[in-house]
Amino acid sequence: MRVCVIGAGAIGSLLAAHLAKVADVSVLTRRDSHAQALNEHGLMVSGRHDFTARVAAVAEPNELPEFDLGIIATKATGVTGAAASLRGRFPEATIMTVQNGLGAEEIVRAQGGWPLVSAVTFMSGTKHSDTHVEYILDTPTWLGPYEGSSYERVQEIAQLLVDAGLEAEALPDLRPAQWSKLVFNATVNGVSALTGLPHDAHFAAEAEPSDLGHLVHDLVDEGKRVAAAAGVELYDDPWEMNVLATQRGSAHYPSMLEDVEAHRPTEVELINGALVREAARLEVDVPLHTAVYRLVAAREASYS
Amino acid sequence: MRVCIVGCGAVGSLFAATLAQLDDVEVWAYDLNREHVDAINRDGLRLSGAGEALGRPSATSDPGELPACDFGIVATKAMHTSPAIEATAAAFADGCVATVQNGLGNEEAIAKHTERVIRGTTFPAGKLLEPGHVQWDVKGDTTFGPFEPKPAPFEEIARLAEACTRAGMPAQAVEDARGPQWRKVIFNAATNPVGALTRLTHGRVCEDPGLRRLVSGLVDEGKAVAAAQGIVLDADPEDLIDHAAKPEVAYGHKASMLQDVEARRPTEIDYLNGGIVRFGEEHEIPTPLNRAIWSLVKGLEQSW
Repeated sequence: MRVCVIGAGAIGSLLAAHLAKVADVSVLTRRDSHAQALNEHGLMVSGRHDFTARVAAVAEPNELPEFDLGIIATKATGVTGAAASLRGRFPEATIMTVQNGLGAEEIVRAQGGWPLVSAVTFMSGTKHSDTHVEYILDTPTWLGPYEGSSYERVQEIAQLLVDAGLEAEALPDLRPAQWSKLVFNATVNGVSALTGLPHDAHFAAEAEPSDLGHLVHDLVDEGKRVAAAAGVELYDDPWEMNVLATQRGSAHYPSMLEDVEAHRPTEVELINGALVREAARLEVDVPLHTAVYRLVAAREASYS
Repeated sequence: MRVCIVGCGAVGSLFAATLAQLDDVEVWAYDLNREHVDAINRDGLRLSGAGEALGRPSATSDPGELPACDFGIVATKAMHTSPAIEATAAAFADGCVATVQNGLGNEEAIAKHTERVIRGTTFPAGKLLEPGHVQWDVKGDTTFGPFEPKPAPFEEIARLAEACTRAGMPAQAVEDARGPQWRKVIFNAATNPVGALTRLTHGRVCEDPGLRRLVSGLVDEGKAVAAAQGIVLDADPEDLIDHAAKPEVAYGHKASMLQDVEARRPTEIDYLNGGIVRFGEEHEIPTPLNRAIWSLVKGLEQSW
């Protein structure tokens, strides 16, 4: 199989390096120097796995070789640009999205008629350089069909990820998993970006009246009501996901926190905005998610 | 008459310097900032900006030096009320103690250590430029009234208000001083933390329609808690918010809480939104947005 990974952040790098063990992998980077470094030095994985992969990287979309599976692994804010760069090409390829939040599939669909596969990933890594990614959490990636794409194809791709040494599972309906992650991300990433706290024990603390755990709990409950109104039975309870995550040794820095600290655009529209818009469509009141959404969006506006 | 200003920061200095101009008032200033105390004793206390004054209060950091006073005016930040009044209470054994601080709960803290308490709210503002020198930014009114559980005699309250007015700090004695106090608390609780969490100035908060709705949501909860106590606001906090957003008033003003956050100092959140939540609980009025904002700012403080 020929795989193209579009976007070589932490998740894209982890996917590309592992898949290179079992497939021909090309990588589309944003910067030319990043592509050159990958071609010259390969892509090193440390942490849970330890190896260096050979990948063929380019920064110019027109130079991409043919592929059977394209994985868009940019941040949610980069999906439009990534999909546009594939527009009118690779008609036989399946395109898979792994973004946080909701709506990445629609953005890709607007750029072409490729068969699509939805995925959400819970694995995490830290990019130490253009050519070195640390594999931190080996929690799974879940895949499901989108708009009637073939479930067999989804299973093939999940198997490919497993053969590559990653944790993956095909699900006939991805929405329960996607919504679990949506509610989790809208809550944890938003609170983290506003407070400056990494995802640590504060998020589960409920002893004092002003403890952050109360707010996190209330945000999760609001999110669950939206999911229920959408007819989705959540795969995992986001509050339990939150508590478990805060009990792991080192606290995770959600990308939304890193983004506001670096004054970069955040994924707030596709995560918090998506949840608030779904709630409005389903006529569910979400005053707390609305507040968090507005505050993070305004924090972004404060850069300029 | 002898008055001691407890906490001679910006607001305390406005009272200390102006009252010290009057022949019939002896002013003491208690403050822990030794450089400021030494400068006041050496060169006097100077105000410049919206008003000019040079007063010569007797300043000290040693509560043992304070003589018996007719009045105390507590002007510390709200989180310092208890230690400040505990240290100085002996000077007010036969006197009355007023607060001109932000937030809710200061009167209660003062009443733990003294017998005759004056509820107060003040709108003038300034900042300490250097030891002994305060910039007077905004002129405004002060309202004094009895603190109901441990009231000062009304004629004493009137005597203090009359002296302040004569000194150039217009003050009014009223039977129920809760209206202006809650108007200011609601204003501050609805705007200060939103500025602090988004890093936006007051005017930019107000011109973002989503954020402005969040501000109104916070105001509405505060109004409901005030109404449940039978408090009649002396004006609508919404009008104050819109007035302050005008370019010629305070469009570019960074809320003091935003200044605290930027300097990583403890904020007054426990006495603003935390106070509204506590009074709401007592009167069974739900305050979910104020509670959320309280938790977020507490989380922000914990991230330092």
